[in-house]
Amino acid sequence: MPHTLAEKVWADHVVRSAEGEPDLLYIDLHLLHEVTSPQAFDGLRAAGRQVRRPELTIATEDHNTPTLDIDKPIADPVSRLQIETLRKNCADFGVRIHPLGDAEQGIVHVVGPQLGLTQPGMTVVCGDSHTSTHGAFGALAFGIGTSEVEHVLATQTLPLKPFKTMAVTVTGELAEGVTAKDVVLAVIARIGTGGGQGYVLEYRGPAIEKLSMEGRMTVCNMSIEAGARAGMIAPDETTFAYLKGRAHAPSGADWDAAVAYWKTLRTDEGAVFDAEVVIDGDALTPYVTWGTNPGQGLPLSASVPDPETDFEAEVDKTAARKALEYMGLEAGTPLRDIKVDTVFLGSCTNGRLEDLRAAAAVIKGHKVADGVRMLVVPGSARVRLEAEAEGLHEVFQAAGAEWRFAGCSMCLGMNPDQLAPGERSASTSNRNFEGRQGKGGRTHLVSPLVAAATAIRGTLSSPSDLAA
Amino acid sequence: MEKFTTHTGRALPLRRSNVDTDQIIPAVYLKRITRTGFEDGLFAAWRADPEFILNQEQYQGVSILVAGPDFGTGSSREHAVWALKDYGFKVVLSARFADIFRGNSAKDGLLTAVLKQDDIELLWKLLENNPEAEVTVDLEAREVRVEGHVFTFEVDDYTRWRLLEGLDDISLTLRHGEAIDEFEAERPGYKPKTLPAAA
Ligand code: SF4
Repeated sequence: MPHTLAEKVWADHVVRSAEGEPDLLYIDLHLLHEVTSPQAFDGLRAAGRQVRRPELTIATEDHNTPTLDIDKPIADPVSRLQIETLRKNCADFGVRIHPLGDAEQGIVHVVGPQLGLTQPGMTVVCGDSHTSTHGAFGALAFGIGTSEVEHVLATQTLPLKPFKTMAVTVTGELAEGVTAKDVVLAVIARIGTGGGQGYVLEYRGPAIEKLSMEGRMTVCNMSIEAGARAGMIAPDETTFAYLKGRAHAPSGADWDAAVAYWKTLRTDEGAVFDAEVVIDGDALTPYVTWGTNPGQGLPLSASVPDPETDFEAEVDKTAARKALEYMGLEAGTPLRDIKVDTVFLGSCTNGRLEDLRAAAAVIKGHKVADGVRMLVVPGSARVRLEAEAEGLHEVFQAAGAEWRFAGCSMCLGMNPDQLAPGERSASTSNRNFEGRQGKGGRTHLVSPLVAAATAIRGTLSSPSDLAA
Repeated sequence: MEKFTTHTGRALPLRRSNVDTDQIIPAVYLKRITRTGFEDGLFAAWRADPEFILNQEQYQGVSILVAGPDFGTGSSREHAVWALKDYGFKVVLSARFADIFRGNSAKDGLLTAVLKQDDIELLWKLLENNPEAEVTVDLEAREVRVEGHVFTFEVDDYTRWRLLEGLDDISLTLRHGEAIDEFEAERPGYKPKTLPAAA
């Protein structure tokens, strides 16, 4: 029987299955960070349990860490305690950790792939919903809650019911200036924030195959914003080339054996998906969000929608009304006229080297507009080092942007980088929820290219507006 | 985990869809390392508004939340479940829940019951007209009963069984230790290890 990619990876990890019960799934890689793990380690201690496979586990610090003065003790005592707790837990249970200041520290979803730990056909979990990022390698990767973190620490498995599968095919070729971020924002606008619930999305089609690994990670990263458990892309030569030579990638005969297996990880001809969506890649243009969930997005050339006339269902009208009120926007305003106070370039969605390069190329020779602050936050310490080796930091700094240390930063209002109430941002992160970037903050999700052009013009813009 | 069979209490009609976990508990409350005491973070931004429904006199002491579709979307933070439980909620009713939130709830004994959106709308009206209404959520019968109305809800058999029995997952899984050992023995050697750290 023909199978989908997701079904193959699932089948290869079933430890036990029984009628009427969830499958018991083996977990190949467990990523930890400071926020969702302390209660899990406490649970282990209380039950007198050990970490079953420390060598399949790795921790980093990202959500709650500052991006300035990282050599000084963390100022907020509550944050400091959380970081110290992770370090102690890792020491007590023999788990490898990359703490703040380490060259491999960074956002957990940037660190795993960069070390070569994320590979095709693996099961990867983390107490973080954007674990879907790792699906870019053809891994089955998904976010879990703290109880599940404890479960994986104790047993290296998870009881789960198989996910449904959805094919998201992006046809054609992306036009210049259209990025992976625009693709995924368009996908979410199409299927809605709940449309992917219970599904693994498999992104496929010519426009997806052409994406770099970084772009694929951006797409898979935001699968959760469509409600999906995971996103996947079949591994190919681009994937293998990215992995070859990385610290934890196989080598020698192991490499050959691994690649032979990886090449089998494709959806078979004739396999049936539970749902299918087709997006016309040729027609895509830069996308931005106007509302308070990632499904509330439109092409940059559009105007703020009218809750009364542009929506049919009553829940959607109500949601749009509430969103416009929160965002301080009027129906009919061209999106290009929206003025921002802050531009945030970073996060696990768009904080990789390629993203910084793309934004730097736009910014080069320009200045950040008066009254706008731009924060550039590399996704990992390694990305920061690589960017500096290319001189990207100088490009950003010369334009008047701030060059920070690695972490989640302004993606979520937890560490010191936050929006003030009423402040408006163009952000390359993944969530525009109310208060996500700080209490009362207003977020427009954008690609790195749009972020850079917006920083220069001060209003939501794409690089093509700069030439005009 | 405590067993859950039937719960009777008053309910809060929350007329909002897409209540994401950043709304249920904002990130600033996630710095704590304890598993309890998150009630102050529940809907913190909305509760700053005195008019917010949960602040209204007549809805004090509620233990059942009736929310719009796509409840619990976004971040995987289990703190969202802890905040609801610590505040005193035992049940959330909605037409659709986000997967991770639903999974987390099941682990912590918070019942997430799926009703039809029409039934949710009717419940909202009933509860707005009579905030004192006693609502019974019967997990055995998969029913919500209020003022003579009976609504059936969906919950999968396995989760229902675990909640009714009050079983925790880790001990259930550890019963299959041998199967895990056998699986591990067969794993291909090229699968990556985090230890030792590569140079
Ligand atoms: S960058 Fe944002 S979305 Fe990614 S892990 Fe950090 S907080 Fe979560």
